[in-house]
Amino acid sequence: MAESHGGAKSPAAGAHTEAEGGHGGGFPPFESSTYASQLVWLAIFFVALYVIVSKLALPKVGGAIEARQNKIEGDLAEAQTLKDQSDAALKAYEGELASARSRAQAIGNESRDKANAQAEAERKALEEQLAAKLAEAEKTIASTRATAMSNVRGIAADAAGTIVQQLTGLVPDAASVNAAVDASLKG
Amino acid sequence: MKIDPIHQFNIEPLFTIGHIGSQTIAFTNSSLYMLVAVAIISLLMLASGTQLVPGRLQSVAEISYEFVASTIRSTAGSEGMKFFPLIFSLFMFICVSNLVGIIPYTFTISSHLIVTAALALLVFFTVLIYGVAKNGLKFFSIFVPHGVPGYILPLVMFIEILSFFLRPVSHSVRLFANMLAGHIALKVFAGFVAMLGFSLGALGWFGGVLPLALTVALYALEILVAFLQAYVFAILTCIYLNDAIHPGH
Repeated sequence: MAESHGGAKSPAAGAHTEAEGGHGGGFPPFESSTYASQLVWLAIFFVALYVIVSKLALPKVGGAIEARQNKIEGDLAEAQTLKDQSDAALKAYEGELASARSRAQAIGNESRDKANAQAEAERKALEEQLAAKLAEAEKTIASTRATAMSNVRGIAADAAGTIVQQLTGLVPDAASVNAAVDASLKG
Repeated sequence: MKIDPIHQFNIEPLFTIGHIGSQTIAFTNSSLYMLVAVAIISLLMLASGTQLVPGRLQSVAEISYEFVASTIRSTAGSEGMKFFPLIFSLFMFICVSNLVGIIPYTFTISSHLIVTAALALLVFFTVLIYGVAKNGLKFFSIFVPHGVPGYILPLVMFIEILSFFLRPVSHSVRLFANMLAGHIALKVFAGFVAMLGFSLGALGWFGGVLPLALTVALYALEILVAFLQAYVFAILTCIYLNDAIHPGH
């Protein structure tokens, strides 16, 4: 650009002829004198590239991709195993919980039954005891009453004998007094 | 200022290494950029680490790997993976050299027909030799399409054979012409900017905006073309190899 400031035509024309001078003025892609060089170097570099690519580059990059793939698959499989394990643990826990619950219920029932039976037995024993005491008390009452009644007869016979003696001045014989008392007590 | 859109394609010998017959074998700017392409690819693929969680460089390397691998699998089947190193080398070599060639003042290897023709012939003979070695004479059944009525079969076969032998021509000229035309167009439009600026003064500075915008747009297009032509070259290679692997289809 600097050269064009000086004179628009001549330097550019000079550059053009210089460029043409190097290659006989043809269209560069069709200049057969350059073909051999291009083909030789293309062969060298393309073969070099092919060797680098096939022996080093692709195995390396492919290996990295495959390693990642394997890692991801391994991780997924591991996650699946862990999930299965936790599922199994959850199931076991639930089973354990259910059995514990039923066991607790059984224990509860058993102890309740036991307590009921014990209470029942105690109640029965107490009732029997009370019944025995009641019977004894009734017996005592009956005997006391019988005693009292026989005392009443004696008193009545004494009183009757005394009354008869007082009224008649005769001492009544005991047998007739007792018979009379008995008869009146019965009546 | 004179525009010389052809100058960029000149082959400049850097040093001469010998002669084959009357031909001079020189290390040229073209050879230098081949070396650059090989060096960039090797660096990308080999220096990029093998971490479980890839970094940027490793991602680029792995994306290139997966991209080429999936292209081969989808066009030539898993048997085509035999040719993975070849197709990967072709794709990366063309892609990287095209992209490097887009940078101003650099040289584009594939803008020379001799280079693209050599690569296309490499593919052509790989297909031919592998196809015959693997399938024997059955390979030539690719010239006889199924379900064609007998009376036009000779014509169809003639066309098939012709198109088979024209493959290296279209294969190489497509890449060459795209790169050549793109670079010439870029140079011409970019040259307009400078020409307007230097010849018309202040007015030219404004006038140069339009070709400059075009140059920018064209440059973006050329980046796409650089990649796309490498992809087209690789996918055509896969399709041709598919003929050699499965000649019945």
